[in-house]
Amino acid sequence: MLTAAASATQIRHYQRLWLYGLCALIFTFLIVPCVLIVPMSFSASNYLEFPPRAWSLRWYREFFDSAEWMDALWLSLRVAGLTTLIATPIGTAAAYGLSQMPERLTKPLRMSFLLPMIVPNILVAIGVFFVFARLGLNNTVTGLVLVGIMLALPFVLVTVSSGLQSFDGNLERAARSLGATRLQAFLTVTVPQIKSSIAAGALFAFVAAFDEVVIALYISSGENSTLPRRMFANIRDQVDPLVAAVSSVLVVASIVLLLIVQIAKRPEKGAAR
Amino acid sequence: MKVPVSIRGLSKKFGSFEALKDINLDIAPGEFVTLLGPSGSGKTTLLQVLAGFVTPTSGSILVAGEELLTRPPHQREIGLVFQNYALFPHMNVFENIAYPLKLRRLPRSEIETRVRGALDMVRLSQFIDRPVDKLSGGQKQRVALARAIVFEPRILLMDESLSALDKKLREQMQIELRHLHERLHTTTVFVTHDQREALTMSDRIAVINNGALIQFDTPRAIYDRPRTRFVADFVGETTFLPVELGTSGGASVFGTPLRLPDHAGAVAAAQSDSWLALRPEKLALSPAASPETNVNSFSAVARETIFQGDSLLVIAGFPDGQSIAVRLVPQEANRGLVPLPGQPIHINVHRNDSILVSGDV
Repeated sequence: MLTAAASATQIRHYQRLWLYGLCALIFTFLIVPCVLIVPMSFSASNYLEFPPRAWSLRWYREFFDSAEWMDALWLSLRVAGLTTLIATPIGTAAAYGLSQMPERLTKPLRMSFLLPMIVPNILVAIGVFFVFARLGLNNTVTGLVLVGIMLALPFVLVTVSSGLQSFDGNLERAARSLGATRLQAFLTVTVPQIKSSIAAGALFAFVAAFDEVVIALYISSGENSTLPRRMFANIRDQVDPLVAAVSSVLVVASIVLLLIVQIAKRPEKGAAR
Repeated sequence: MKVPVSIRGLSKKFGSFEALKDINLDIAPGEFVTLLGPSGSGKTTLLQVLAGFVTPTSGSILVAGEELLTRPPHQREIGLVFQNYALFPHMNVFENIAYPLKLRRLPRSEIETRVRGALDMVRLSQFIDRPVDKLSGGQKQRVALARAIVFEPRILLMDESLSALDKKLREQMQIELRHLHERLHTTTVFVTHDQREALTMSDRIAVINNGALIQFDTPRAIYDRPRTRFVADFVGETTFLPVELGTSGGASVFGTPLRLPDHAGAVAAAQSDSWLALRPEKLALSPAASPETNVNSFSAVARETIFQGDSLLVIAGFPDGQSIAVRLVPQEANRGLVPLPGQPIHINVHRNDSILVSGDV
């Protein structure tokens, strides 16, 4: 640590203590809700409480033994998985298309793509509910996946677009001059260069679809309830630590996913040799 | 493979901006042609049209008699070398060069042989397994070149390919490229804004300005017989003196009648807007007017002398105030011909080096 200033304008560490303090506060604010939920999930009590008076794994058992909860988890995984599979290629294609267009056209198009991210979900929910009612899509996996795609597309578009921004278009032109069709050039040269952005976009897409609850409240119920939908109902009706157990499982799953992305983002062996 | 390339009536408009104005250019089979012009002159646009990334507004390009413009870029069989190399970062040297061959579905053994052959040609054989980000600028440029020639393209295009290299390496690569071209004899179009590079490398130079082709000639003709003031100014150093045209068809400068070269067009070129273009190294100094009949002699006053290592630059002023540079090689300077500032002198130029150029439209 610097004990003396190297120059008259140098700021010493103790002069910035207030900044470190502020950072610590913000960090705590961000992390506490996630951390708090974990001890609550190991409670033996029938109600959510902190700190728990007795410890138990009963709520985890309850979650994994319950056919209803497992159905909800499975449904959410399927919806999020299908959404990712469909939204990632569409979002990537859209980002690429926008990057190739004259600028005056891209602004309005980009805005309309981002609309689902800006419009309050509750408005979307009401609209979707009425449309789906006509089409008979309420309470179906197809309906949930369609909503998931709508919500996930902006995330894929934004992440892939930022990846494309640092991509040198000459690489693709070089590939085409060497005999590659546009599609071949895109797949063999462009995609490998932006693959970490695509992976990040896919992850966001998965989370956006998995995490969705507002619209699910309208268009999924009963047997076709997604996991967040069921958690919402549970906390409203029962307030038992089962919700905390489910949340803890999701927190761990998220951390694992993030780690996978971080590892995938590291430079490949070929480049690092 | 040697193919002729014929560019006919090529125009490109971006909105109301004319990037290319009715370009006509006939490139002989196996010729090395340089497109030379300042930035924004349209030379890169012309290259992009050849490569297929820009669609012209009108005109046609015939390669070996066949229309090129209707083919998509990947079917043009054109090797393209970019200024920033455009090597694929996720592939090593071998994979980069093998890329066009793999697309053509050549057998593995042939790909191997051809890649090695191309690497030999650019003298990089020992780097075959290197990742491209571990190469120097010059090495990257050679890999890009090997990748562009390995599939035996009909035409080789180079877009400011050497400008990212430092001066020494650039001059070395110019000679190497020249030798490579002598071996392969692929019809080559090279784009640069560096006049010396153009003079060094080309069979012929196409000087382009404001989207129009100004002059298409051998380097020697471009340098010795520039047709317009722009060409004379852009290629080499030049002093321009205003030419007055007499009623009888004779031309004079500062009231002195000009002795002009015999070759046709010299006087015909003398239009109302005419200039005498003088190169510093083709001028000589003398204390009095030269008595020789083949020499134009102008009186001036020496202003200053600048030492430049391999030569000495004498700056002199004409009575009307315009200044002129005269380059003396050290041998001349040693013979005592270096004037002092303020000394009246005569500037002599042989009539064959007295170039008349038209002003620019």
